[in-house]
Amino acid sequence: MIQQQESTIVEHHPMDVLLRQDRIPHIWCSGCGLGTSLTAFINAVRDCGIPLEKISVVSGIGCTGRVAGYLNLDSFHTTHGRALPFAVGLHLGNPSLKVIVFSGDGDLISIGGNHFIHTARKNMDITVICVNNFNYGMTGGQGAPTTPLGSRSTTTPYGNFEFPFNIPHLAAASGATYVARWTALDTRRLKNSMQEAILRRGFSVVEVISPCPTLFGRLNRLGTGLDMMKSYQENSVIRHGADPASVAMGKDGKIIVGKFVDIERPTYLDMMKQALGGRFNIPIPERSVDKTEIPMDGE
Amino acid sequence: MGEPSTSSEKPKYWRTPLDIDKLQMPKGKVFIIKERCKGCGFCVEYCPRDVLELSYEFNSKGYHYPYPKNEEACVNCKLCDMLCPEFAIYTVDATKEKKTEVEKVGN
Amino acid sequence: METESGVLTGEHFLSGNEAFGEGALAAGCRFFAGYPITPSTEVAEHMAERLPQVGGIFIQMEDELASMNALLGAAWAGQKAMTATSGPGFSLMMENLGLGVVTETPCVIVNVQRGGPSTGLPTLVGQADMMQAKWGSHGPYEIIALSPSSPQECFDFTVKAFNLAEQYRTPVLVMGDEVVGHMTERVVIPPADKIERTPRRTPRVPPEKYLPYEPDPDGVPQMALAGQGYKMHITGLTHDRRGYPVISEEAQADMIGRLVEKIRKNREKITEYEEESCEDADVIVCSYGISARTSQLAIENARAEGIKVGVFRLIVVWPFPESKIDELAGKTKGFVVPEINCGQISLEVERCAHGKAKTILVPHAGGGTHNPDNILEAIRRAAA
Repeated sequence: MIQQQESTIVEHHPMDVLLRQDRIPHIWCSGCGLGTSLTAFINAVRDCGIPLEKISVVSGIGCTGRVAGYLNLDSFHTTHGRALPFAVGLHLGNPSLKVIVFSGDGDLISIGGNHFIHTARKNMDITVICVNNFNYGMTGGQGAPTTPLGSRSTTTPYGNFEFPFNIPHLAAASGATYVARWTALDTRRLKNSMQEAILRRGFSVVEVISPCPTLFGRLNRLGTGLDMMKSYQENSVIRHGADPASVAMGKDGKIIVGKFVDIERPTYLDMMKQALGGRFNIPIPERSVDKTEIPMDGE
Repeated sequence: MGEPSTSSEKPKYWRTPLDIDKLQMPKGKVFIIKERCKGCGFCVEYCPRDVLELSYEFNSKGYHYPYPKNEEACVNCKLCDMLCPEFAIYTVDATKEKKTEVEKVGN
Repeated sequence: METESGVLTGEHFLSGNEAFGEGALAAGCRFFAGYPITPSTEVAEHMAERLPQVGGIFIQMEDELASMNALLGAAWAGQKAMTATSGPGFSLMMENLGLGVVTETPCVIVNVQRGGPSTGLPTLVGQADMMQAKWGSHGPYEIIALSPSSPQECFDFTVKAFNLAEQYRTPVLVMGDEVVGHMTERVVIPPADKIERTPRRTPRVPPEKYLPYEPDPDGVPQMALAGQGYKMHITGLTHDRRGYPVISEEAQADMIGRLVEKIRKNREKITEYEEESCEDADVIVCSYGISARTSQLAIENARAEGIKVGVFRLIVVWPFPESKIDELAGKTKGFVVPEINCGQISLEVERCAHGKAKTILVPHAGGGTHNPDNILEAIRRAAA
């Protein structure tokens, strides 16, 4: 073993300013993709140019639900599935805030599924980061609305026979104006997508395919978190602009990633202003937005 | 993964840039917060310059943390920093110091 | 006369449901999230019309779960926020009423009670959510609930509810009922400057010294708002005074102790009731909401029969006026409690009377109000 230089070992990380340091290390397992997703998010928040005090992060319950608690921002850890309606109240209560919901697939798409489609339908100016690890991690690896057909979970011990949701398709069909998907390994593209999503107006959704080696990986013999990351590297295909209907997981083993939707549509408050603005004086502060595309290589 | 390149190798270019003599390979310095590491190995696996290796030693949580076995090769691409789920590794640009030295020599 | 403040000063002929809305606007409410449900829908309809006029936001959410959460979000953005619901909608709100309690978020929930359980009697009256108001969300906590008996009180008590919510940093319930909600009466709205409005208890310390759950001497902590640079963390998990989750018996004891004590210690300040001729009464009719009004004929008839009847009407139902009931129990033969359920507040009266006076429940399954004769009969039995 090579004797390492003492100067290499330090106590603090440059990202610590955006972390509640007194809560680090976080609870996530070794090899979990959540920490990497959070790293990408912190970089996106840091580079998006919005003053940090104007950013609020709302999470639901579950492993991903813990994100809010680690961020040194105004952060709200709500009940299971309810991050989005809480975020709607926060956003409408003070539209100068940038409200970001960071939660998991079970929280947003199962118990919070109704909130998800309606918040998208209304095109609320909210960003959703949905970390999809194909199961309920916090409660011990149960089946989720994203669990692929045939996969084992503790509630699908003979293999899942429910059809899963295709999250980008659900988001786009419900009215989201920005939809992207990356794996936790695509950290730079993921960061760029998060940054774009944060700076767009309207309901933006970034799905992150993330390893859960402790449960989904173990139950399905997918190996360590690193093994799962390697499988993402082998199986993911970048297809910007792909029809969200065509990006369901598990078709020929491929993970289609990229930016699928990036359109403009009036937000809930735009529509409200249009309908009521002529008659009533409803003060609606604007938040800073940016339509610039960040180049993301691909096909 | 591609073949690891080390600092002893000459950088490979598809075509030789005209200003090759003025170009300088960035250099990075690696910092590790060893007590945060959970030994996932993402940084070691995906370092494009094969700078890192897991240590033989454990940290107090019982994980093998990375160390820069080949720090000379680091180009400060920050991929380890971005992939690390634990906020336990980062790199900084160490080129400047070197440049100053080069400039000094030049003077 | 409309003013900038949103206060519709003057004399009006309003339904209880409209008066809930006007009370909210007068109290400074500028955010309403709701979902249609009979018999409370008129509150939402009224707010949809009125809020834009005063620069506020009305939003119809996808369900009551969402409505309740939107209130909490809006409150953390600095708004005074309200919702209104009934029956099954109130049940759906219970989950996040708990989040409001544990995160100490001021907001107001109006429940225009209907007959239950389940879909029950959507268009007909009930008073059977009184215990749900007290215990409906899981876990130990204390709550504040008021009960209006007239449209005027729908206005007055909604203002009061907002002020209590801000004072004690808690969701406050206004437990109306279908009859009061749909009853139309004279409502006098005072001038804006005569309406007391408790402001948000915002931090008096800079962000670096701020702890979201460090209480003031009265047990209530200061509340930072999103966007002010306080970078607070708010969670539904059991938390310490920094707001950080701590999963331990000790943290639970500290947090629950404070949540419960901030209401219990201030019980005497919060409780409010109306009493008449209770000092030398043979029988005290203890009631609330519409049942307090249906009792009136029975009380008059009993008095005509020579029975000394006192009237004790709950304005604040939760926290319950325990010591007052205990005191009255020593002076009377019995309490008569008419309510449109099968025994809820009567149990509280019985508990607080400590066996010193009997408690006679006059039950009603719902769908209508009591026949005053049934109440009179109970008064006679109590006096005997």
